[in-house]
Amino acid sequence: MNAPALQVPTLQTPVLQVDGLHKAFGGVQAVEDVSFAISAGELLAMIGPNGAGKSTCFNMLNGQLAPDSGLMRLEGRDVVGLSPRAIWRLGVGRTFQITATFASLSVRENVQMALYSHAGKLRGLLARFGTALKEEADALLAQVGMLDQAERPCGVLAYGDLKRVELAMALANSPRLLLMDEPTAGMAPKERVALMDLAARLARAQKIAVLFTEHDMDVVFGKADRIIVLDRGRLIAGGRPEEVRNNADVRAVYLGGVH
Amino acid sequence: MTLPSLLIQLLNGLTDASSLFLVSAGLSLIFGVTRIVNFAHGSLYMLGLYMAYSLIQLLGRTPLSFWAGVILAAIAVGVVGVVIEMLVLRRIYRAPELFQLLATFAIVLIVKDTTLYIWGSEDLVGPRAPGLTMAFDILGKRLPAYDLLLIVVGPVVLGLVWLLLTHTRWGALVRAATQDREMVGALGVDQAKLFTSVFFVGAALAGLGGALQIPREPANLDLDLSVIADAFVVTVVGGLGSLPGALLAAILIGVAKSLCIGIGTTSILGFEIDFSRLVLVVEFVIMGVVLVLRPYGLLGKPPAVVRAAGSAPPPLTPPRWPTALAWIALLVIAPMISDDYIAALLIDIACFALFAVSLHFIMGPAGMISFGHAAYFGLGAYAGAVLLKRAGLPMEVSFLLAPFIAAAFAVLYGWFCVRLSGVYLAMLTLAFAQITWSIVFQWDSLTSGSNGMVGIWPAAWLSTKSAYYYMTMVCCGLGIAFLWRVLFSPFGFTLRAGRDSPLRAEAIGIDVRGFQWMAFVLAGAMAGLAGVTLAFSKGSISPSAASISQSTDGLVMVLLGGVETLTGPVVGAGLFTWLRDGLARETDYWRAVFGLIILLIVVLFPQGLVGGLKVLLGRWRESRA
Repeated sequence: MNAPALQVPTLQTPVLQVDGLHKAFGGVQAVEDVSFAISAGELLAMIGPNGAGKSTCFNMLNGQLAPDSGLMRLEGRDVVGLSPRAIWRLGVGRTFQITATFASLSVRENVQMALYSHAGKLRGLLARFGTALKEEADALLAQVGMLDQAERPCGVLAYGDLKRVELAMALANSPRLLLMDEPTAGMAPKERVALMDLAARLARAQKIAVLFTEHDMDVVFGKADRIIVLDRGRLIAGGRPEEVRNNADVRAVYLGGVH
Repeated sequence: MTLPSLLIQLLNGLTDASSLFLVSAGLSLIFGVTRIVNFAHGSLYMLGLYMAYSLIQLLGRTPLSFWAGVILAAIAVGVVGVVIEMLVLRRIYRAPELFQLLATFAIVLIVKDTTLYIWGSEDLVGPRAPGLTMAFDILGKRLPAYDLLLIVVGPVVLGLVWLLLTHTRWGALVRAATQDREMVGALGVDQAKLFTSVFFVGAALAGLGGALQIPREPANLDLDLSVIADAFVVTVVGGLGSLPGALLAAILIGVAKSLCIGIGTTSILGFEIDFSRLVLVVEFVIMGVVLVLRPYGLLGKPPAVVRAAGSAPPPLTPPRWPTALAWIALLVIAPMISDDYIAALLIDIACFALFAVSLHFIMGPAGMISFGHAAYFGLGAYAGAVLLKRAGLPMEVSFLLAPFIAAAFAVLYGWFCVRLSGVYLAMLTLAFAQITWSIVFQWDSLTSGSNGMVGIWPAAWLSTKSAYYYMTMVCCGLGIAFLWRVLFSPFGFTLRAGRDSPLRAEAIGIDVRGFQWMAFVLAGAMAGLAGVTLAFSKGSISPSAASISQSTDGLVMVLLGGVETLTGPVVGAGLFTWLRDGLARETDYWRAVFGLIILLIVVLFPQGLVGGLKVLLGRWRESRA
């Protein structure tokens, strides 16, 4: 039962270090003894069939769930038990499986919201919102290719464009770690590759560690530097894409057959 | 308190619980399937009482005719429910939920005046139930047989409805629709028929609840709002959509109320406490406690699937300076070119405009619906009056302190309210407003109780009509300008962000609840300013300033003008005050006329007047382009 957790070796000092993470709901072990690490500039894909524990892992990392036991260190700092807001302040950006943006605000205002929050400027009662941090917002929008739509309200955008706006918002606090929950779900195949290319480029250029879950195997094996595989709450494999592709356990999980 | 009298009070409580349960069960059923919070449910109860009164008179005083009268009254009310559903609600199922609320409120007004027209304004005392006029002797106390029968009715009806829901195809559809309305529609079920039938059953239950009270309670015209408040509390305490929850809550509240009456004045730890005074408050205290401990009620579950209702609210546009200046100029010269009546009306309008704008501030951009905004309006008015008359402070000081006192209460109430959302939040605001109202209503030594306070006049330099007119315009104008300014500030945008997507807001470090709380306090302060300004213009103040109908007036103003626009609440307040004033002088039935106007607007302009005009203007421009 309790085989030693699979350690995934990394070369540099990790941005995120997760050690022996456990979470149970009632009698069900949703996440069991999961350990991994991500370095700056690295894209790590977390994959596994439905119910493998990916979402639970994500929700613990972003502070929505507290782990039963285990360590989570962000650049050496213990983040277990911190609220989503506190974790964001430490430099963790997020995108959601189903996009979450402010529909009645324009694209630029959405990004400015994140920038104002990062700058601690939200409590002003009489200043006009949107006059400050405009260039910064436009720079972020240019990075994700949304500058030409800056004036449009988010409520009318196409889904793929919303994903880009989310990415720009997630980058607003100059994150060290980016958590992307199924970043390409609901997008056309061409858009998927483009979005992940963009994420990879930004991660490398700004030395951001990226952890993402994904169901599209072309995206996973094409874009991730490393892959970890979860099954029924446990880490069953990890390594470079070609290693994982040839791993017998992974093949068994995805293709069925004997363990 | 002796054991027998305690027992009698317990049984009394159970008797009251039965009717309360019947109304609440109907409300809960209708909400579950149609997602409409039916403000008119208390009116249906009231109709049940009146109809039972007339039917029993018509049919004669035999046991058979009594019960036939009660049953027929319930069926007749059910038919009224069907008419309401088919004529009005069916047209607005796709409208925003606030508009549905406004429509049901219009129905309250229409039913009230129709009842007034048919039955008159006198309380009608019904007959006792033939064959059940004897009383039982319980430990030396007497309990009417009819009351004992009523105790049984609640659980029996629960059982019958339960059988209907679990053993019929109709029941299966109702349960399915309660879980996921769209899915049931997608499976090819005729929603219109289902909704109509649910309305029939829900309305008939309310009618039955009313009709059964005929031997115990005189039929009167105030029942509609008092019963709906009780029914809201019961459904929320029990959990929206849970019938056993409604019964449990009805019993809890019925018993708590009669125990308060039974205990009377008792000394606890050396303090004399008059429990009978708590009767008006106790249910709201229970509701507050339950909602904080169990946000979805005793037996409720988190709300069912509700899919996003299409488009997001449009971005707000700030007012243009030329338009604003034109209005200011008009208001400055208004008293010079018109009579005192117009100036007095404009003072009223200005105060209600600030009240409506402050309500819109939390309803629109912050996304928190309040059914109890009058609490802060009333608190501001009373704070000014009490500081002036009881503390002997100068008028200017009383006036300036009043908004801060209203804000202090908003700090307290808001802390609880922002922990909830949606209908539950609305109900909790109603609870706090009702607590405030009953404290004001009962604290004779401080507030003069139900008589209200008189002689609240402004200082000498403000005592002329035109001086007070200009002061009102300045205070209310600045208040409105301040709230509008805030909406375009980082704070206001943060509120809108928190409304649009709480998930995203938290993920970029925004403390959504904290901002909502602060918004609550700002809105409370401004409502308080509106209240104290109006109080000093009238020279008197009565508890109705903090009443449910004052709260609903505010809602109507905001919704009439349009919740998604900036100027909507001001237009709504102006139109409401002017119409009410004008109609009240023309006809005794101004409420019904007003209700019809509201219904017309709701059906024709689902975005409110200002929103609707904007859409029309847009279409006209497009057609020319």
